[in-house]
Amino acid sequence: MKITSRKIGLISCSGEDLPEGTISRVATRRILEQRDDTVTICLPLFLAGGQGERDFAKENPCITVDGCEKMCAAVGVKKYGGVTPRSSIVVSEIVGRLKWPKPTSKSKIAAEDEELVRKTMKIIDERIKIVKEGKD
Amino acid sequence: MSEKRSKHIIIPCSGIGKGVGTVARRATYIVTDEILPRETETTCLPLLTIEDKEAVEKVRTNPCITIDGCIAQCAKKNVEYHRGNLKAAINVLDVLKQNAGLKPGTVLDIGPDGEKLANKIADTIAKIIGDTN
Repeated sequence: MKITSRKIGLISCSGEDLPEGTISRVATRRILEQRDDTVTICLPLFLAGGQGERDFAKENPCITVDGCEKMCAAVGVKKYGGVTPRSSIVVSEIVGRLKWPKPTSKSKIAAEDEELVRKTMKIIDERIKIVKEGKD
Repeated sequence: MSEKRSKHIIIPCSGIGKGVGTVARRATYIVTDEILPRETETTCLPLLTIEDKEAVEKVRTNPCITIDGCIAQCAKKNVEYHRGNLKAAINVLDVLKQNAGLKPGTVLDIGPDGEKLANKIADTIAKIIGDTN
């Protein structure tokens, strides 16, 4: 179904204990600042917040951006929102698919990892287009 | 054989909506990577949110210090929900009140004041851990 009015929910894992979590966080935040058709929620609010927070994924078609194969954001949307994300992106899969070196820094985006952030942003943008056009 | 000592687990909220979330995250890395790398580590907060068994076990068996950016207190509440060993809970907003002149920047760039705040929080945590040990 083509989406005309609702905003796209972007949910990042922002995992603290791995560099891919920092990539997911920064790429997601940059997209949020560039596009006014997206909205986000802090993932841990699904547990810490109330029903209003848990309904976020029902009210906004969601794209999850996870750092690793545990896919906390995607699992969180299903567990608390009761819906499947419209699209799921995993940074470690991008790294593997492109055969790029793994990012190394959790605390900042190293210069050599900027390209990975940009690639992740490009994929998020593409998925937003697909979801908005109802082609997912 | 030496007994393995438990590490303090520093858990920030990493809120993606406000600069204070990034201050919490930055303070964590100052502690775990720079000040007390052998005594501390972090874990992914979202793992607690999805009730990952390994992460839940970690917060139950090690002393935890949470750093939250806003009144929702996601990090503290996630640890409490799992009956984690919560030693201390810090809120960046409280530290801001005590340092009213400091204005942290944005989520992507907390700026020099955000760095100062993160360092103050990190120092507080180091003191808590020092007092505990």
